[in-house]
Parts: sequence; structure tokens; C-alpha cells
Amino acid sequence: MENLFNLFVRSIFIDNMIFAYFLGMCSYLAVSKTVKTSMGLGVAVTFVLLITVPVNWLVETYLLKAGALSWLGEGYKDVDLGFLSFIVFIAVIAAIVQLVEMLVEKFSPPLYNALGIFLPLIAVNCAILGAALFMQEREYHTIGEATVYAVGSGIGWWLAIVTLAAIREKIKYSHIPAPLRGLGITFILTGLMAIAFMGFMGIKI
Amino acid sequence: MSDNISVKKRESLFSAQNLKLLKGPFNDNNPITVQVLGICSALAVTVQMKPAIVMALSVMIVTAFSNLIISIMRNGIPPSIRIIVQLVVIAALVIIVDQLLKAFVYDVSKKLSVFVGLIITNCILMGRLEAFAMANKPWQSFLDGIGNGLGYGLILVVVSFFRELLGYGKILGMQVIPDSFYQAGYVNNGMMILPPMALITVGTIIWIQRSKNRDLIEK
Repeated sequence: MENLFNLFVRSIFIDNMIFAYFLGMCSYLAVSKTVKTSMGLGVAVTFVLLITVPVNWLVETYLLKAGALSWLGEGYKDVDLGFLSFIVFIAVIAAIVQLVEMLVEKFSPPLYNALGIFLPLIAVNCAILGAALFMQEREYHTIGEATVYAVGSGIGWWLAIVTLAAIREKIKYSHIPAPLRGLGITFILTGLMAIAFMGFMGIKI
Repeated sequence: MSDNISVKKRESLFSAQNLKLLKGPFNDNNPITVQVLGICSALAVTVQMKPAIVMALSVMIVTAFSNLIISIMRNGIPPSIRIIVQLVVIAALVIIVDQLLKAFVYDVSKKLSVFVGLIITNCILMGRLEAFAMANKPWQSFLDGIGNGLGYGLILVVVSFFRELLGYGKILGMQVIPDSFYQAGYVNNGMMILPPMALITVGTIIWIQRSKNRDLIEK
């Protein structure tokens, strides 16, 4: 339990998706103009991570890993489908995103309207595939660890984009050198925020 | 005789318009600093030059060939499932690249870790496929892919050059700042090898580029 909580805090603050690994930067920079839309995207990313990472963990553990197919019988003990992981992960993600979109549309139209345009985009968000690949690389042992990691990184991403959006809303009123306006200052802001987040390094509970 | 023919053929292939496809991404239409595509991996692999160059080459190959393949198939892909088709083509190419890297440059492949896999969701690929390859002929799409790959590589090399030089005092793993400097009190800037400085370096590059080329300034 303590271990899980530690992982949770770690994935929000220390191994933050944006500030430590730059995952999902494209939508992070493109959508962070207002707090409202960035809230929507943050929720959507967390939601999709929460579903895809555990599913990908199951796929990895019972299908792809070296020796994962041993439940089929003795003859499959040496099969290693690891090289297929990229294509399987991205297919799982694309399929789940499609499914989630249909389910949300059917059962919760207000949520669908709020997330609407972002959901299909998320299939190609690096953060989602990145989380799946990190899950694979770090070899989380239980589905609990994988889920906690997914939720933690989702919340970390959400936190980052909402904070940046809030700063960008204010920065509209300041005098920035013309060539730095827009993209340039956003990069530098993110860099400064990343330096601030480095203050969390080494936290252990 | 055969030489003559090939030269003639090449000239028509590299007409002024086609060359523009290659050159545009270096400045006016750079995928990173202007189109804002593919930033995730650009920042994460630029601590040292060697992985950055390998990454740039991998992205260039995948962009060029996925552009080519999608452009050949563009009339046969139903619009409703085009994203899945594009993802499958890209993922297959990335798997090939990943296996090649593991076979020939294992140490670099370890350093790049998940970022080779993340080429799949690199926005440059989807962006160029949607914006260019779906509407243009194979050869132009191929050049567009190479051009964008090079433009992306250029930024990667510049960023990693400064980060490696200031962070480790090395270029491509070779010591360039002499020992006498260190004895005189020079210290490597440890900040440069941490993630935040990648962002600030790219921000500075954008600043310099836009003050040279004022058409790119926003609003």
C-alpha cells in the first residue's frame, strides 16, 4: 500500500509526463490557450490513461512478454512476441479511444460535449503510448501498480496543462518581445515550470 | 549514354518546386519551431549528440517512407478508417527501425529507450500524412518526408550540440574544452543536461529564428 502511494506521488510530481519526459507536448502547447479547454483535455487524458494502461498491462503480461504465452501449454514457453508491442499497444489504444468515445456519447452527452473534439485526438497523444511503453520498460509487477502509475501520470499531465493555461491567460497582458510571442515564451515558461517541479525530486513517503 | 539519361531524369525529378519541398522545412516551415509538431521526442533525446543524430535519422526514414506508402495508397483508403491505416503503416515502419537499432547500435537504442516507440505518435508523421501525403503524388510526398525529417533533425542537432558542449564539455563524446580551462576554474553547467534546459534552449532558438525572419511572428 505504501509502495503504491509512493508510486502515485512519484508519477505526479517527480516523473511528471510533461516536465520530466516531455510526453504529449504537441497537444500541451496547442490546447493550453484557455483554462477551460485545457481542463477538458486533462480530464480526457487521465480517463483514457486509466483505461488503456491496465489493458495494455494485461496484453503485455499474458500475450507479449517472453514466456507470457506459457498458459497455452508447454510448447509456447519460449515464444517472445515482444517485437510486436508497438503495433499492438497502438491498436489497443486506438480501439479503446474509439470505444470510449461511443460509450461516452451514448451514456453521458454532457461529458461527450465537453470532451468531444479531444477524444479522437488522444489516440495519437504521445502521453498515452508513452505511459504504456514506460509501463513495459519499468516492468510493473501487478495490475494495481500499473493502474496507479496511469492515474498518477494522468493527474500530473492535467496539473501541468492547467497551470500553463492559467499562466498563458495572464501573460496576454504583458509586454513580450515580438519574436518571442506565442510559442517562444510558452517554451521558456514550461522550462521555468519544469525547474520549479525539480524541487520535488527525491521526495519519498 | 546511360549516364546522360539518368542525369536528365534526375533534373526533372528535382525541379525548383520539388526542391522547395526539401528546403522549406529548414526555415520557413520547420516542423518544430513553426509547425509545432513532434516536440515530445525532440526534447527528450537531446542530452548528447549521438542519440540525437540517430533519432533524427530514424524519424527521417520513417517520415519519408510512411509518406511514400500512404501517398501510393491514398486513393484506396476509405476516409473513415484512414487514421488506423496510417497508424498501422507507421507502427510497422517503426518496428523495423527499432529492430535495426537494437541490432546495430544497441547502446544508443538503450539510451533512446521508449522514444523510438514514440515515433509512432510523433505528430510530425501524422501531421505530414494528413496535410501532405493524402493529397499529393508519391515522389513529392517522399521529398516532403525527407525535408521534414531533415528540418526536425536540424533542430535536434543544434539543441544537442549546445547541451552536450555546455553540459559535458564534449562534442560527439570527444572532449573539446581543454583541461587547462577546468584548472583555471571553468565548471560544466550541470543544468544543461537536465530536462528544463531543453525547453529553454528550444525557446531561445525560436526567438532567434523569429527575430531574423519577422514574417513568422505571431499576431
